[in-house]
Amino acid sequence: MNAAHSAAADHAHDNHGHHAPGFFTRWFMSTNHKDIGTLYIIFSIFAGLVGGWFSMMMRHELGDPGIQLAQNGHQWNVWVTAHGLIMVFFVVMPGLIGGFGNWFLPLMIGAPDMAFPRLNNISFWLIVPAFLLLVGSAFVPGVSAELHGAGTGWTVYPPLSSKLGHPGMSVDMAIFALHLAGASSILGAANMITTVFNMRAPGMTLHKMPLFVWAMLVTAFLLVLAVPVLGGAITMLLTDRNFGTAFFNPEGGGDPILYQHLFWFFGHPEVYIMILPAFGIISHIVSTFSKKPVFGYLGMAYAMVSIGVVGFIVWAHHMYTSGISVNTQAYFTAATLIIAVPTGIKIFSWIATMWGGSIEFKTPMLWAIGFIFLFTLGGVTGVVLANAGMDTSLHDTYYVVAHFHYVLSLGAVFGLFAGFYYWIGKMSGRMYPEWAGCLHFWITFIGVNLVFFPQHFLGLQGMPRRYVDYAAPIPPEHLQGALVNPIEKIKWIMDQEYGMHLWNYVSTMGAYMTGGSVVLFILIVFYTLFFGKKASGNYWNVQPQCMTLEWTLSSPPPFHQFDIQPKIK
Amino acid sequence: MKIFMTRVLAALTVCLVTSLPAFAFEPKPNEIGFQPPASENMVRLEEFHNFSWSHVNLMTIITAIVIFVLGLLIWVAIRYNHKANPVPSKTTHNVLLEVIWTVVPIVILIVIAVPSFKLLFYLDRTTNPDMTLKISGYQWGWSYSYPEHEGLEFNADIIPDEEIDEYIPEGKGRRMLETYNPIVLPIEKNIQVLTTASDVIHAWTIPAFGIKKDAVPGRTNEAWVRITVPGIYYGQCSEICGISHASMPISVYAVPPEEYEAWISCVSGTGAESKADYPSRACVKTLGFDKYRNLQKASKEAKLSGASE
Repeated sequence: MNAAHSAAADHAHDNHGHHAPGFFTRWFMSTNHKDIGTLYIIFSIFAGLVGGWFSMMMRHELGDPGIQLAQNGHQWNVWVTAHGLIMVFFVVMPGLIGGFGNWFLPLMIGAPDMAFPRLNNISFWLIVPAFLLLVGSAFVPGVSAELHGAGTGWTVYPPLSSKLGHPGMSVDMAIFALHLAGASSILGAANMITTVFNMRAPGMTLHKMPLFVWAMLVTAFLLVLAVPVLGGAITMLLTDRNFGTAFFNPEGGGDPILYQHLFWFFGHPEVYIMILPAFGIISHIVSTFSKKPVFGYLGMAYAMVSIGVVGFIVWAHHMYTSGISVNTQAYFTAATLIIAVPTGIKIFSWIATMWGGSIEFKTPMLWAIGFIFLFTLGGVTGVVLANAGMDTSLHDTYYVVAHFHYVLSLGAVFGLFAGFYYWIGKMSGRMYPEWAGCLHFWITFIGVNLVFFPQHFLGLQGMPRRYVDYAAPIPPEHLQGALVNPIEKIKWIMDQEYGMHLWNYVSTMGAYMTGGSVVLFILIVFYTLFFGKKASGNYWNVQPQCMTLEWTLSSPPPFHQFDIQPKIK
Repeated sequence: MKIFMTRVLAALTVCLVTSLPAFAFEPKPNEIGFQPPASENMVRLEEFHNFSWSHVNLMTIITAIVIFVLGLLIWVAIRYNHKANPVPSKTTHNVLLEVIWTVVPIVILIVIAVPSFKLLFYLDRTTNPDMTLKISGYQWGWSYSYPEHEGLEFNADIIPDEEIDEYIPEGKGRRMLETYNPIVLPIEKNIQVLTTASDVIHAWTIPAFGIKKDAVPGRTNEAWVRITVPGIYYGQCSEICGISHASMPISVYAVPPEEYEAWISCVSGTGAESKADYPSRACVKTLGFDKYRNLQKASKEAKLSGASE
């Protein structure tokens, strides 16, 4: 792969100088994969701040028992719903797939752009109105004329999401938001599949493709197969709500459980859609900073393929307590446990890649190692939850919240940050300050663990999810609030006969810390973009044995790259 | 001497038994694990989950895996950082190693799966129920009926904070967990639990019983429990159901069968209690079931009193 012509890159600027489009044309009518990728990343960071704000409000609310910040339980439910939907559809997916996928999939396979540049543009511009619809849904009537917003949880289960539970039109708006976000994903995925299958540089066989491209390919297939099922489910919900059908309404012969099957047939692949691109990014980072090629490349690629395949036959493990038969539960237990095997292969292969390497602990590598450890931790609690019997105790408790935040918030989001620090020099042409990146990593690492590790304890003690208030005595006036006299407060909490206050309090303290790390991240972004040192083409000094084509180009790459097609040995 | 030893053993047993209920069946600020089990279901669940050297359990396995991976990462960071190992190796494959890390996890999963399936099928249902409890969730409370006793049904709504002391003696009421009408159930009986709902989906659970079932409109779901320890137990709705999702708790008084029969005659009789606003609560009061709360002192206190006996 290192045989690529870097000379081609040097000339590209000159050849295309006269193409330089104006601001509006460049950013609003873009057909350039790098510009569209940049738009996606900006969008993802912005949506991340919005979704993160909701989580800060939720943790603040739960710092003490009683209701402080939320006006009522419905507003709380709206926060929960908005946080979930925003993080899944408007942060992780646009960031990893739209952002890094758009940027680096063509670069890594030696293609000048995506297969369908205009389709690419509309994929992005569909997600903006989707986001506006979702945010807008919080301001129209939900469960009543006074109580605004969709408080259904991101799963949007009927009958709570039907006319019965949410007569107002906020749920309709949320459904349309998901329709648009879904259309955006499907179009983007079709584009990526086409690009990978048709536009690889000569000599780049499937088995020579970089692992990030493999990850994007599998992800794109999952999207194309799973998202239409979500589209179908929410369309049926829409007609139930507005046109008198009764797909999910027992009074009309329908069944709420049918919705759950349809939703999770999408929903489970969806969680792999969020994590697979992160797997790809981590593989490259581990390889680059260990100065070794990825260990067991084929095993890594096919582990992702098998995770994708098995991901489609485990959906009902989200429904163990819904009343599905015991034999069905047994099947889904077995199928779910199997997922641990390819995931284990990935973890061990990353460690084996580092083994014997010459590791440099630059910021991206810190995030990658953090990812490997925390993903393992979230993975083993997944093995616990996979057991239908065990799930009797843990279903819909904070244990589940802890589990999926370990694999998503500390998995996929760590993948996002890892990719950001790894590639920001390539994308912007400027380097972030290394010390600041390290500091950001450590604050985030400690913060998120403080947030989510105690939630295992809460779950085991039986605290249910999506609760605005929990069983615990209200503390005396002078001990209310997060930052007042923590020592005395913890002593007081420990003296109580009962309650779930302690770990909620610790979790909330962790959230403030994580919030601080987000502020630091934004500062780093602006510093880098305006004052960062100029980055060379191969600023990580990626070794020939770990080389992928993006490092053969300048930083940032020319507006159009690979005028002369690179050839892969 | 022998007699003395027997007495010591007896005293120890007493201490042990009296200190058992010290771990009350409710969330505790200083706990990090399950609430103590009060049924065979939960005993088995806990056995499958908690640390132990004597049988297969999840905590041992997952902790070992996490420590193993963490150990490898630390070792790699120390041994193979660029200062310690300036020249990277060129290894990219090792078939044996890859086979091992595929096969060993499979073996571990099979080891987990065997007790997992046993537990799952045990928890499923009881073949010979002694009684049935029918539960219907609504926004926002639970409606209970005892089909063996015609006409015995009542709603259970949460007691708001300011009223708790009115209904529960000695300030022992639990915020967010008490209902006006509690359920009363007998210990040592196989109880079939049937759940459904009249509006949206809810989920009925008591952590200490090892039971959780969704209450789905248009469906009847089945679960079961055989309570082994008398006491007061709490659960909370476990499926998001609207504004007051957090405010539809479940509160159970589990009492010996004779006392349960007394409660049945009280609530379905013609006395003043059965005409009270909250007949179940009135009978619980009359029959003095709140005595079981005294078993549920804070663990600290109870441990102390156990030691002094």
